Amino acid sequence: MGEIIKAEHLSFTYPGIDDVPGAVVFEDMNLTIEEGSLVAILGSNGCGTSTLAKHFNSILLPCGGKVWVCGMDTADEDRLIAIRRNVGMVFQNPDNQIVANVVEEDVAFGPENLGIASPEIRRRVDQALAQVGMSKYALHAPHLLSGGQKQRIAIAGVIAMMPKCIVLDEPTAMLDPRGRREVMETIIRLNREKGITVVLITHHMDEAAQCQRVVVMHRGSVAADGRPQEVFAQVQLLHEIGLAAPETVELCYELNKLGFALPLDRLDEKECAQALYNAVKA
Amino acid sequence: MEPILQVQNLNYIYSAGTPFQHQALEDVSFCVHRGEFIGVLGHTGSGKSTLMQQLNGLLKPTSGTILLDGQDIWSDKNLTRQARFRVGLVFQYPEYQLFEETVYKDIAFGPKNMGLKEDDIDIRVREAAAIVGLTEQQLQVSPFDLSGGQKRRVAIAGVIAMQPEVLILDEPTAGLDPAGRAGILKNIEDYRRAHNATIMMVSHSMDDVARLTDRLLVLNGSHLAMDGTPAQIFARAEELVQMGLNIPQVTRVFLELQKLGLDVEPVYTLQQAVDALSALKGGAASC
Repeated sequence: MGEIIKAEHLSFTYPGIDDVPGAVVFEDMNLTIEEGSLVAILGSNGCGTSTLAKHFNSILLPCGGKVWVCGMDTADEDRLIAIRRNVGMVFQNPDNQIVANVVEEDVAFGPENLGIASPEIRRRVDQALAQVGMSKYALHAPHLLSGGQKQRIAIAGVIAMMPKCIVLDEPTAMLDPRGRREVMETIIRLNREKGITVVLITHHMDEAAQCQRVVVMHRGSVAADGRPQEVFAQVQLLHEIGLAAPETVELCYELNKLGFALPLDRLDEKECAQALYNAVKA
Repeated sequence: MEPILQVQNLNYIYSAGTPFQHQALEDVSFCVHRGEFIGVLGHTGSGKSTLMQQLNGLLKPTSGTILLDGQDIWSDKNLTRQARFRVGLVFQYPEYQLFEETVYKDIAFGPKNMGLKEDDIDIRVREAAAIVGLTEQQLQVSPFDLSGGQKRRVAIAGVIAMQPEVLILDEPTAGLDPAGRAGILKNIEDYRRAHNATIMMVSHSMDDVARLTDRLLVLNGSHLAMDGTPAQIFARAEELVQMGLNIPQVTRVFLELQKLGLDVEPVYTLQQAVDALSALKGGAASC
């Protein structure tokens, strides 16, 4: 599998105001996202995850180093449209991303702006709504939908542009448990069935646990990177940087302090229960 | 002791008489006692936020009554106004409501509107700032120069500076990282202890409410579906999942342990799980 996104020696500082210097976010950040992968990026508030996401489709440009998207330099203005077609973004607040009064018109907004012919737009909108499971709401008013439904409409709007990659910045932060499940199931399905690369920025450890790879950021650099089982086993590191492991791992970690010898890679409740059962029965 | 809040047969209908008419609350009744920490659960659209806005008189019930210390908050104008100070409401994403030039002025806005004297306002601002962990220095900066988590603390301080007897928070930890979540929750606990205040917290985090609250209210489709201790509520896992809610992850682990044939009582916090399992292991070792 090839690389779809690559940050190379990325540095970025927000512009200062008058004499006040801006905040330094990255000094020498390196990260590669493989095509077709499902990657979670974790980090405490203010550690640069959103700033990084905005580098992935040229909303922000590096102060130093390079960001490559499908082999294109994000600082190359001539490639701007091509880059944004390849990497779609979904943000935290669904209400800030919906522009039309009818669901299907909202989903059509992106492809319309790409100058695609009407019959093709029709086809893409229908397909995108089907993929997020919202076909029967095509003619509804978006503001009367639930948060999870609105967020799925926002995702449909992005996939109607047929990007190779979707970057989601805390898409479930404002949703209830059912809304969160709906969004997670949708993005996992898009990744598995359509091969779309997904970069998921989240504060929910259980969501990160469902990804193939977890990247932990701290103060503008990568603090841990690997399979969820590997990353979450580093409980102490996670605590030091203001994060936590899923409760299954936290439970085993606490018990180990009391003399148990439990594995720290049981993210699933069944697996965790089995490990606990074995330990107690031993 | 008389409950601090009594909600009796509350109904609320949005846009009554229009095609968009929607009944957000239907025949909701419950009592809140002084010093309780209550978690409010429910899916999006279940009526949680509507209910919270009734409790301090921001929305007027279509029918039914809300008694604060035994008095109907809508029976007289002065009582309605009093309810707005005695019951403090922190909205979702309160950091978007900051507007003053300095953090100090923003926190002082509420007490000022209560008509307090300068000296009293000063004491309250400093106490509120201390509870949420803002420094003396931060009081003088513009709230817009702070991080998201800090802004939220300023917004919460602005409400607790009014020293409400009941503090209501609508998803106070949404969008924060685990350390930020723990910080805000500790601030709330500290305020509760310092003022023997009653707390009502809307949350989607089952782990948080399991750990912190004495009692849970569960709203579903405009009705109050459940009212009980976390243990009683989380014992009804299937119903909760059907309502689009969830149970804490440790509770699910223990349900799996029961399926495996281990004789364990249900738990709903990490600490309970640790205690239960270490007791089992200890017991096994001694025999």
